[in-house]
Amino acid sequence: MSTPLDKLFTLSKSKNRAILIGYLPAGFPTQKKAKKIIKAMIDGGVDAIEIGYPYSDPVMDGPVIQAASEQAIENGAGVNEVFDLLKTSVNLGAPSVVMSYWSPIEKYGVEKFAIEIAKNGGSGVITPDLTYEESDDWRSQAQKNSLNRIYVVAPSSSDDRLSKVTKECSGFIYAASLMGVTGARASVSANAKQLVDRIRSVSNKPVAVGLGVSTKQQAQEVAAFADGVIVGSAFIKIVQESGAGRKGLKRIKQLAKSLSEGIESAK
Amino acid sequence: MDIAKIKSFDSDVLGHFGPYGGRFVPEALIAALDELADAHLTAQADPEFHKELDNLHKTYTGRPSIITEAKRFSEYAGGARVLLKREDLNHTGSHKINNVLGQALLTKRMGKKRIIAETGAGQHGVASATAAALFGLECVVYMGEADTKRQALNVARMKLLGAEVVPVTQGSKTLKDAINEAMRDWVTNVETTHYLLGTVAGPHPFPTIVRDFQRIIGVEARKQVLELTGKLPDAVLACVGGGSNAIGIFHPFIEDKSVRLIGLEAGGKGVETGFHAATISGGSPGVLHGTRSYVLQDKNGQTVESHSISAGLDYPGVGPEHAYLNDLGRAEYRPITDDQAMYAFSLLCKSEGIIPAIETAHALAGALEIGNELGKDATLLINLSGRGDKDVQTAADYFGLPL
Ligand SMILES: Cc1ncc(COP(=O)(O)O)c(C=O)c1O
Repeated sequence: MSTPLDKLFTLSKSKNRAILIGYLPAGFPTQKKAKKIIKAMIDGGVDAIEIGYPYSDPVMDGPVIQAASEQAIENGAGVNEVFDLLKTSVNLGAPSVVMSYWSPIEKYGVEKFAIEIAKNGGSGVITPDLTYEESDDWRSQAQKNSLNRIYVVAPSSSDDRLSKVTKECSGFIYAASLMGVTGARASVSANAKQLVDRIRSVSNKPVAVGLGVSTKQQAQEVAAFADGVIVGSAFIKIVQESGAGRKGLKRIKQLAKSLSEGIESAK
Repeated sequence: MDIAKIKSFDSDVLGHFGPYGGRFVPEALIAALDELADAHLTAQADPEFHKELDNLHKTYTGRPSIITEAKRFSEYAGGARVLLKREDLNHTGSHKINNVLGQALLTKRMGKKRIIAETGAGQHGVASATAAALFGLECVVYMGEADTKRQALNVARMKLLGAEVVPVTQGSKTLKDAINEAMRDWVTNVETTHYLLGTVAGPHPFPTIVRDFQRIIGVEARKQVLELTGKLPDAVLACVGGGSNAIGIFHPFIEDKSVRLIGLEAGGKGVETGFHAATISGGSPGVLHGTRSYVLQDKNGQTVESHSISAGLDYPGVGPEHAYLNDLGRAEYRPITDDQAMYAFSLLCKSEGIIPAIETAHALAGALEIGNELGKDATLLINLSGRGDKDVQTAADYFGLPL
């Protein structure tokens, strides 16, 4: 089994270049604008897209993504908007995954969810609060539909945990750069490199680093030791500040371009 | 048979009660949850720990709490014999202190210096602030902004005790959102901080730990009722928010098949109106706050806001052990509306001279219902989980009393 995301990582590895992954919740600020934002991200140089399923109780997220999710839910965003935006993103040529807390997936039906992700061309799903002990159902449905299962590991993960969780992962391993919630930080924590080094000693799957990356310089720093750089809050913040009209979209594209240049210069 | 040792219906090692429970949390918290589970197991096996906790309960909490027979109240409950387990007389005014002292000792054992807590009615926050003062710990309490208003007295108490109270302005601004904020704090500060969760919900091992520390209510009450009446009660009743006072009094009776275990949920304006917090009566299985249980949610898996006149019951989830006991048919859960609860509240004030918490009033309203169903030969044991000082403003507003 090889998903578009797997292929992207293989290709980028051969070029010795990390990939840039951009995050956006479905339906934010509206579904129509979300589609334009995704396009601006990709036009600017984002390589892969992470569509967020806006959830009422996002305990992994800081204020920026919380506010975005709340707004999306108020606009009526739900599972249909997630699949719809996923399809848009895939059609624009970017390998795409969905990031969702477990509650909505379980409510929708694990089997149905996996089938719909596959049907809409998604490569897989990031599950930030699904522990591998609770994963039996998801494992079998994702395998049946040839989807990547992306789990998050953290600096606090023990070596034993790291080796168990990374064995469950496919596509890439999501390394949380620090202990905390999503949101921009002034600097990349030293924990990030340490964690990636620890992951490398138990797994040779691609590793992408998320949480706190928002600038070109941080992207460059992370790209020097990781296979992927994940940026979410920084894009959302632009929309919160400048909207998603001409000005906002231009800023989104500029940020994507600058992050991408940062990654390029890390080669 | 040693009642203190009965552990049937226990969870498996991963914290599953049948299909419920478990852990649905960011990987960042796993190490802390494992550490906590280990600390609890070690402490449970250590006689020194039990000695220390028993001594605290004797000299600080005021345990054992007494049983009061409510003879005048009984006239309104079909003449059934009504026995009140007086957790309202505990230091800080509710059952919450039982769990808090236990977890504070575990915090000390884990070498952590900071505790965080969520609170709805403020009773768990006050108990946590109290334990923090007693043990010299830093304490931050997250409380929904809406609850800081309806339980203003408890906010002041927490501050007097030296705790920092953080009003939470996200979402419904109640208990659910306070738990979200506490989890975010914990993910960030887990190395130095213990999350002192106040009810039998959340990821494993919380439902088991909190139950183990609340079982003392049922262990004492079972003995006291046997001494007083010579037999087991026909039914044991408790209000259910997250479910800690209920599981605390139910658990030691689980093996006593003749004893009905009845949880009273917050029916708000009526389950049929959608404005309620009756999670088992009006919800469905799902995942919330790290555990699988009954949840109030919509078709997209979004948590639906709960509604109750009682801040402590205003929660759209419930502990996984209750979900399991419900499905097994070992315990029953019924909704009690705001109006039913306030009627029972007033009745206990005037018939017994006891002002209960509005949370507790739901259990009392249940006793009126069950007493009338079972008649005068029945004996009902009710967990009087807390006192109503904190609710004087809400009650005065409800009854239109000028203050
Ligand atoms: C007096 C009292 N009873 C009951 C509750 C509900 O919690 P639980 O269901 O965990 O006992 C509270 C919560 O604040 C409370 O203060």
